[in-house]
Amino acid sequence: MKYLYLLWSNLRRKKMRSVLTVLSILVAFMLFAYLGAIRQGFSQGIDVAGLDRLIVRHKVSLIQPLPVAYESRIEQVEGVVDAIHQSWFGGVYQKPTNFFPQMPVEPEEYLAMYPEMVLSDDERKAWLATRSGAIAGRGIADRFGWKVGDRIPINATIWTRKGGEQAWEFDLVGIYEGAEQSTDTTLFLFRYDFFDESRQFGQGQVGWYTVRIADPARSAEIAAAVDEVFANSQYETKTEAEGAFVQGFADQIGDVSTIIMAIVAAVFFTILLVAGNTMAYAVRERTNELAVLKALGFTDRGVLGLVLGECALLTAIGGGLGLLFGWLLVGMGDPTNGSLPVFFVPNRVLTAGIVLIAVMAFLAGILPALQAQRLQIADALRR
Amino acid sequence: MAGPFNWLSQILSISLFNLRTLPQRLGSSGTAVFGIAGVVAVMVSVLSIAEGILRTMQNSASPDNVIVLRSGATSEMMSWVLGDDVRVIAEAPGLARDADGALASPELFVIVTLQKKSTGTDANVPLRGITRTAPLVRDNFELVEGRMFEWGRNEVVIGRGAQLEFAGLEIGSSLSVGKEEWPVVGVFEADGGLAETEIWVDALVLQPAYQRGNSYQAVYAKLESPDAFPAFKDALTSDPRLTVSPMRETEYYAEQSAVLYNLITGLGTLVAVIMGLGAVFGALNTMYTAVSARAREIATLRALGFHSGPVIVSVLTESLLLALVGGSIGAVLAWLAFDGFRAATLNWASFSQVAFAFEVSPALLARGIIFALVIGLVGGLFPAVRAARQPVSEALREQ
Repeated sequence: MKYLYLLWSNLRRKKMRSVLTVLSILVAFMLFAYLGAIRQGFSQGIDVAGLDRLIVRHKVSLIQPLPVAYESRIEQVEGVVDAIHQSWFGGVYQKPTNFFPQMPVEPEEYLAMYPEMVLSDDERKAWLATRSGAIAGRGIADRFGWKVGDRIPINATIWTRKGGEQAWEFDLVGIYEGAEQSTDTTLFLFRYDFFDESRQFGQGQVGWYTVRIADPARSAEIAAAVDEVFANSQYETKTEAEGAFVQGFADQIGDVSTIIMAIVAAVFFTILLVAGNTMAYAVRERTNELAVLKALGFTDRGVLGLVLGECALLTAIGGGLGLLFGWLLVGMGDPTNGSLPVFFVPNRVLTAGIVLIAVMAFLAGILPALQAQRLQIADALRR
Repeated sequence: MAGPFNWLSQILSISLFNLRTLPQRLGSSGTAVFGIAGVVAVMVSVLSIAEGILRTMQNSASPDNVIVLRSGATSEMMSWVLGDDVRVIAEAPGLARDADGALASPELFVIVTLQKKSTGTDANVPLRGITRTAPLVRDNFELVEGRMFEWGRNEVVIGRGAQLEFAGLEIGSSLSVGKEEWPVVGVFEADGGLAETEIWVDALVLQPAYQRGNSYQAVYAKLESPDAFPAFKDALTSDPRLTVSPMRETEYYAEQSAVLYNLITGLGTLVAVIMGLGAVFGALNTMYTAVSARAREIATLRALGFHSGPVIVSVLTESLLLALVGGSIGAVLAWLAFDGFRAATLNWASFSQVAFAFEVSPALLARGIIFALVIGLVGGLFPAVRAARQPVSEALREQ
C-alpha cells in the first residue's frame, strides 16, 4: 500500500506529462477496441457459422439459380437431416443506400434451421397465417423504426411482380431477436410461396440451399455426396461448410482482417513507442532520486519493482480507460450506418487488450527498470 | 519601422537558438517525429485505397457514353433488357452512328467463380458477354496480348487486372464454365478502368451458357455529343414499349463506387483522427519537455527584453518543423510502400470483384502533411503559451 502511494506521488510530480502519456495510451487502446469491432463486423458469420450446416450453390456462381425440387433430393442424401432454400431478393427500401438483406424463405423450416433467431410463438403463428407476412431482425427494425403491424414497401431491383410492377408490400408480423450478440439481426424475411406466385419470372427457382447434417465430422464427405447427386445435370452444385462459405465471402472483400491488423500494429508501434519512450525518459530524469532510495536501503529488486510498477500503473490506467472508451464508442453505433451486420466489441478482443496492456507495461518499463536496478549509488549521486 | 523589424529579428534569433539546441533533445524530439510519421503513414495508406478505387471508376467512364438499365435496377447485375428492346433503344435519337448502325452495345453481365491468387479463395469475377459494337463504344479498349476471340466461338479475352488477380487466367489456359472449357486467347487493357477486371466473351455464347435466351442486361451506347443526352433520355423514357432508365456513364460509375469509397474514406478518416489525437499528446509531451528544459533560458531572454510573441512563435516554429519532418517521412513511406500496389475487392453494387491499384496522389500527400502540421500546431501551441506566460522571476528560480 505504501508503495502504491509512492508510485502515485511519482506520477503526480509532473502531472501534465503523466496525463498526456495516459491519454496517448488511451487512444491506442481505444482504437484497438474499435477496430476489433469493425473486424468482427466484416468477418461476421465465421464464428457463428454452424459446424453442422452446409451451403449448396450453383457450381459456376452464386447468382445462378437452382431448382426448388433439389430440396427433397438433397434430403435423401445419407447423413443429411434437413435442407432449406434461400434466395436473394435485393430490393430497395426508400433509397438504395438503405442496404439490408431480404430473402424469401419457408418460414417454419427456416426458423428450425436457425434456432439462434428467436421469434415468439404468437409472431410465428401470425407469419404462418399471413401470406404477405414478413419478419425483421431487431437491428433493422430499430434502424428504420418499424413496429409489428407496419406495411413495409420494398422496390424490386430484380424481381418485378406479374405485370411488371416494381413495388412489393409486406406486412411486418414479427421481429426476431438474436440469441447471441453475434447473431445477424439485419435480415428481412418473407414467405417463398407468396414470392414465387407473385414474381414475373423464375418460378420454381431458388438461390441456394442450407443443409443440416447429423455429424459435423463427416461434412466434407457429405458435401461430396451432395455434389455427386447433381453431377452432369443441367444445374451442377458446389457444396461446402457454412463456415468456409462465409469465410470465402469475407475474403472477397479483401483481406480486411490483415489490413485492420496492420493498422493496429502501426498504431501500437508508433503511439506506444512514443508513450514508452516518455515513461523511460521520466525514469532517467530521476536517476538521482533512485540512488537516494537505494542509499536509504531499498534493494536492487525493490527499485526494479518500483520502476516497473510505475510504468504498469500508467499503462493500466491508460489502457483500461482506452478499452472502456472504445467499448462506449462502439456502443454509440456503427460508422457505416448499418452496412455491418453486427457491431460490438467481442470478448476476446477485450481479453487480448488486457494481455496487451500487460505486455506493453513490461516492454516500456523493463529497460529503465533494469538500469535502475544496476544503478551504483556512488556513481548516480555524483551525476 | 523599428517595431516590426525588431519583432522579426527577435523571432529569428530565438528560433535559431532553439533549433541549435535540438540535437541535445534528440530522444524526445525523435519520438514526436516518429509518432507523427506513423499517423500520416497510416492515414495516407488507407485513403490511397479509396483514391485507387475512385480512379478506376473514373477511368471507366466516358462523358459521351450512356448506359441503359431496366428502371429500378441499381446495377447491371440486377438489370435485364430484352433483345427486342435493344433494337428500339438503338433507334433512339442522339446516338453516334457508323456504317453498320448506331453505336449501341447490348451486353450481358454475369459472374463466374474463380480463385483469387493472393488467398486461394473463391471470388466473383465479372464475365461480360459482348457484341461487335462493344469495342467501338469503349474508346479505351486495347488488345495488348494475343488476339481477339472469334465471334461465335467459345473463346474469351481477359482484362489485365483480372489476369493479375485471379488464378488460371493465362493465354493458352481455359476457363471452366459449367461443363464447357473456354480457351483464353487474348489480354486487353482499358485505361485502368473497371473493364480490366472483366472477362469478355461473345454474348451469343454466354446467353445459352447462363440460360438467358435472347436477353441482355444493359445497353452501353455512345452519344453524338454529351449534349445529346436529354433528347436520348426523353425518347427512351417516353416510349411505351420500354421500361428503362438511361444514365450517363459518369453518373453511373460515381454511384457504383460511392458506397465503397465513402466506407473506406470514413473509416480511414476516423482512424486517422483518433491516431492524430494520440500523436498530439505525444507532441505536447515533447514540447512541454522542451519548454520546461529551457525555462530558465527563456526567462533570461524575456528579462533581457524579448517579447512574449517571439517566444511563442519560436516554440511553434520548432513543433511545426518537427511535424513537417514527421509528416514528410510518413507520407514518403506510404508512397514507397503502397503507390501502385494492386489489390481487388468486392464491389457490393455489382456483386463482383474490382481490381485496382492503390493511388498515393500528390493531393493525398499534401493532405497528409497538412494533417501533420495541424498536429504540430496543436502540440506546440499550449507549451508555447505556457513558456511565454510563466512569470520571469519564478522561471529564473527553477532548477
